[in-house]
This record gives sequence, structure tokens and C-alpha cells, in this order.
Amino acid sequence: MAQARKARPISPHLQIWRWGPAMLVSILHRVTGNGLAFAGLGLLLWWIGALASGPESYQSFLDYTWTGAGDGLQAVTAIFGKVVLIGLTWAFFQHAASGIRHLILDIGAGYELEANSRWSVITIAFSAIATILLWAFLLLR
Amino acid sequence: MGNGTSIGRVRGLGSSHQGTHHWLTSRLTAVGNLVLITFLIVSLLLLPDYAYATVRGWVARPLPSIALILIMINTFTHARMGVQVMLEDYIHSEGGKIAAWLLVNIVPFVAAAFGVFSVLRIALGGA
Repeated sequence: MAQARKARPISPHLQIWRWGPAMLVSILHRVTGNGLAFAGLGLLLWWIGALASGPESYQSFLDYTWTGAGDGLQAVTAIFGKVVLIGLTWAFFQHAASGIRHLILDIGAGYELEANSRWSVITIAFSAIATILLWAFLLLR
Repeated sequence: MGNGTSIGRVRGLGSSHQGTHHWLTSRLTAVGNLVLITFLIVSLLLLPDYAYATVRGWVARPLPSIALILIMINTFTHARMGVQVMLEDYIHSEGGKIAAWLLVNIVPFVAAAFGVFSVLRIALGGA
């Protein structure tokens, strides 16, 4: 029964479908892209603006996003800061891997069902592994 | 693409009359971002620490300064195009379209200008 169900088409009609790897990667590409555009570029500007404004501004940036030091809301925002920063590195790796997949699809390759699913899964695996390696390197060195 | 016959003038341009410029630019900036952001991530990972003097000293060097200025231009161009496509897909009311049009035609330019100016302040030694 499970075997028979698996062999059936996963999107026979507009409203009748099941999730497949390519669908997941497609929506992740949009979600991570817009996350990077708003949160990522916002943080990039905060970082470079603080760095240009002097040591106090830079320290304030670090306190609010990472260390949590200070007598204001820093302790709370730093928790979100860590989640957002780690999330943004994952978003970058996922968007980059998915983007490379799109560049390959653009030249007309990788549309076979098997290959398409395989490369979709690989982008998800890559982004997870790359994120773990990056933060392991950063925090454990 | 000739300019003689009426079919020659529109061939390849589609209903927007802009052809593939948007699509191609988003691909070009994608490849640019791949190089630039990889450079940024690897460089930041290789810094000995993240103290003010260390990070500012790194940004002030010529290659990182140039890379960061290019990042400000390239990422905001790419993000602008991606956000525009997203908004076009989800916003259908006339008022919403005008708001979206204002958003993608103003915010990225102001933001990128602020970014480039900040890099220049660091690179050229202002405080």
C-alpha cells in the first residue's frame, strides 16, 4: 500500500499535491532571499554604520546583537541577535546553494525528476552542514 | 533585432518592453554576490578577534574597502530585484502596487548610499 502510494504522481492537480524536495527548495529560496534582503542587509548597514561611527557605537552594536551587556534591553535583544545571525548564515548558504542550482537549471540541465530531487536535497544538506561548520569554527577555535 | 518592421521592433522584448534585462541582471549580481559574500565571510572568519580596532583596521585596507563598496552596490541591486519579484507576486491592489513601487525604488538606493558612505568614512580615515 505504501509502495503503491509512493509511486503515484505528487501533484496531479492544482489543489491535489504533496510536498516534494523541489517545492521546499523553491519556497526556501524566496524566504531566505527576502530574509537576507531585510534582516541581513539591515544588520550589514547597522554593523558598517556603527563601525564608521566609533568605538562606542560598535560596542553598542555588539552588545545589542551578541554579548547582551548593558543595563537596557540588550540581554533580551542579544538572544534574538544570536538566533538571527545564525539564521542569516544558514539563509545565505541555503540561498547560495539554491541559487547555484538555479544557474544550472537556467542552462537547461537538471530537470530529470531524479536529478532535480537529488540536487534539491543536496542544497538543504549543504546549508545545514556549512552553517554548523561555520559556527563550530567561530565558537570553538 | 531590427528596427525596420513592427515585428522586428518588439521581438524578444515581451509585454514589459524590457526583454531579459531584469532576469539577466539578477543572475549577474547573483554571481557577484557569491564571490563578494564568500570573500566577506572567509575574511571575517580569519580575523584574530572582533575588537573595534581589529575590524575597523581590516575594513580600512584597500581590498576589503573596495569589496565592501561593491557589496553595498551588488547586494542591494540583487535584493531590490528579488524583493520586487516577490511583491509583484503577492500584491494585487493598486494602492499596494504604488507603495511597493516606492519601496523598491527608494529604500535600496538610500540604504546602499549609507553603506558606501560608511565604508568611505572608515577607508579614508574619518571618525
